[in-house]
Amino acid sequence: MPIYTRRRLTNYVVVGLSLVATAFGLVFLVFVLGTLLINGIGALSVTLFTQSTPPPGSAGGLMNAIFGSLAMTVIATLVGTPTGILAGTFLAEYAHNNKLGELVRFINDILLSAPSIIVGLFVYSIMVVPMGHFSAWAGAVALAIIMIPVIVRTTEDMLTLVPNTLREAAAALGAPKWKIILTVTYRSAIQGMLTGVLLAVARISGETAPLLFTALNNQFFSTDLNAPMANLPVVIFQFAMSPYADWQVLAWAGALLITAAILVLNVGARMFASWSGLEK
Amino acid sequence: MSLSLQKSVSVPSNAAGRNGAAAATNAYPVKCQIRDVSFYYGRFHALKNVSLPLHDRRVTAFIGPSGCGKSTLLRILNRIYELYPGQSATGEVLVDGENILSPGLDLNLVRAKIGMVFQKPTPFPMSIYDNIAFGIRLYEKLPKSELDDRIESALQRAALWTEVKDKLKQSGLGLSGGQQQRLCIARAIAVRPEILLLDEPASALDPISTQRIEELIAELKPDYCIAIVTHNMQQAARCSDYTAFMYLGELVEFDETEKIFTHPKEKRTEDYITGRFG
Repeated sequence: MPIYTRRRLTNYVVVGLSLVATAFGLVFLVFVLGTLLINGIGALSVTLFTQSTPPPGSAGGLMNAIFGSLAMTVIATLVGTPTGILAGTFLAEYAHNNKLGELVRFINDILLSAPSIIVGLFVYSIMVVPMGHFSAWAGAVALAIIMIPVIVRTTEDMLTLVPNTLREAAAALGAPKWKIILTVTYRSAIQGMLTGVLLAVARISGETAPLLFTALNNQFFSTDLNAPMANLPVVIFQFAMSPYADWQVLAWAGALLITAAILVLNVGARMFASWSGLEK
Repeated sequence: MSLSLQKSVSVPSNAAGRNGAAAATNAYPVKCQIRDVSFYYGRFHALKNVSLPLHDRRVTAFIGPSGCGKSTLLRILNRIYELYPGQSATGEVLVDGENILSPGLDLNLVRAKIGMVFQKPTPFPMSIYDNIAFGIRLYEKLPKSELDDRIESALQRAALWTEVKDKLKQSGLGLSGGQQQRLCIARAIAVRPEILLLDEPASALDPISTQRIEELIAELKPDYCIAIVTHNMQQAARCSDYTAFMYLGELVEFDETEKIFTHPKEKRTEDYITGRFG
């Protein structure tokens, strides 16, 4: 067989296999989204946003859970973003090649792949047990702990991508290191760093396990961060497993809401990335 | 110009100091005296006891095959190598009599005095205006109008003003390669340095942009002490007054450019400029 025929055949086979693999992945994605839409779209209504979770048998919405999820995600983001960005900056700019950096990076990688239920149990034992009750604070801390390693990683990766020649050029003008990082390096990496933050937010907004052990749930609307707080993932967990049909409908609606929110965040992150990419 | 004492410095040499003293009396005094400088990348001895003067208002070209240490030497002159751990320099670099390698010196003030332009254009990811203003703002707090003037004059000196005056607010990354390099030169001179280090400033550019950079070097010469590293021997011959030929970390020969290219004293210099190796 001539060599070119063989190469072409190999090419067909590999491209074919790739297509099959892609289709296999996409089928399940479409399947999941389709099921969500079919079951959830009918449950969408204004009362979802204006009423709290009902007792079985009566009408209600998800307002308390939506608020709780937003509140805890926002707090976790406020805590996790600066921490993660600073740690990532330390790794990329100050400890790129030393032992301490290697150690921090190694530990961060472990945290990155730690199952979220472990994080939930950890926060349960250091916050919920000493305080004697579940609380939104504990939930936010658990989410922040999940978020930080993601942001550390993306921040470090993005900063490492900034060419050293840019840092040299700024240093050659006599700029001190902190100024180079703030004004030149961050500017070059900002879109990647923000995309990382948005992806981390998307990740934690769907986490159930860490909240189960920390914020637990609350049947009523509550803004008290020291008390248990309702949140979408746990409500979905509880309502979907319940035997009540109206609870199950609400669970579908919640699932659709979370998925839509994550989709919006992801698309937003991508649009942000390409928008600031265009500026170049 | 009398350069009778300015003979080729074969290395190692302690004659450089005397050369410097003698040259200081002529029209173009020594701005920067490199004395017995060695450099190490970790254990690797990359530069071996290099000594030579850089004259004020003159262009000194560094030529030699890849890896000969010419860029390394340039990177010592503003201590940019210190960004990387494991790199170290010994010897003295006297700028106006002050050793800039001494650890007590304010590094950023040293770099303010010694500007550098790199091989690849390195515009910062900000507007053309802010690119130039970046360096100025490090040292001076100027009112807006004065800052505008400084930026305009820097861009004019770098022969870029007419091309960018209507788009100062646009990103510096949107310029062509040649324009970006002139932007970097403008940025370097906006800080009002006394010495300009050019590390193969035209090697990433097309011939027309290269020519503009060379013209620019000629225009800047009356005000600065310029050191340029180049792979292009015609370029060295065209735009420099002095040429240093380096090979394997040693300074083989340093002399007036004309002499280097017409009557080199060293066999290795002759071999290199006639293209027998390199």
